[in-house]
Amino acid sequence: MGSNIDLIFKIAGIGILVAVLNAILKHAGKEEQGHLVTLAGLAIVFMWVVQLLANLFEQVKSVFKLF
Amino acid sequence: MDIMQVVAIGLIATVLIVVVKSQRPELGVLLSVVAGVILFLLVLGKISSIMDVIKELAARAGISMVYLGTILKIVGIAYIAEFGAQICRDAGEGAVATKIEFAAKVLIMVLAVPIIVAVLQLLLKLVP
Repeated sequence: MGSNIDLIFKIAGIGILVAVLNAILKHAGKEEQGHLVTLAGLAIVFMWVVQLLANLFEQVKSVFKLF
Repeated sequence: MDIMQVVAIGLIATVLIVVVKSQRPELGVLLSVVAGVILFLLVLGKISSIMDVIKELAARAGISMVYLGTILKIVGIAYIAEFGAQICRDAGEGAVATKIEFAAKVLIMVLAVPIIVAVLQLLLKLVP
C-alpha cells in the first residue's frame, strides 16, 4: 500500500526530471540526447507500471476465479 | 476511513498528472494508469470479502457453484475490460477502447453460453 503511493510520486518525479533535462539538453543543442533521456525515462516507468499491472491482474484472477 | 485515503490518492494523482502531462503526455498516461491500479487494488480486498458472503449465501440457497462461478468470472472480465478501456479512452484512443469492450462482450458471451443452453433445455422440458 505505502509502496504503491510511492510509485505515483516516483513517476511524477521522473516526469518532471525528464522534462527539465530535456529543456536543458535542447538549450545546449543536444536534441538527440534529449530524445534518449525521454526514452530512458519512459522505459523505467514502463517497467514499474508493468509490474504493478501484473500484480493487479493476479489479484483480480484470484478474487474472481478467472481461469 | 478508507474513503479519505481514496480521495486523497485521487487528488494527489490528479495534481501530479496535470503537472506532468503538460510536459510529457506519455508519462501522464502511465501516471493515470498507476493511480487507477492503486485505487482498484484498495477496493479489491473489500470486493473479495463481499464475494465470500455471496458464495456463502449461494451455498445456503442451494445454487450450483457452476453458475455462481460463471457470474463471478463475468464480473471480473467486466471490471478489467472497463479499466483498460477507460485508460485507452483517457489517452485519446477511443478506437482501441471500443475494441477492448467488444472483446470483453464476446468473452462474456462465450462464458454465458452454458447458462443460456441450460435455460433453453429447461424451457424445452417445460413445453411438451
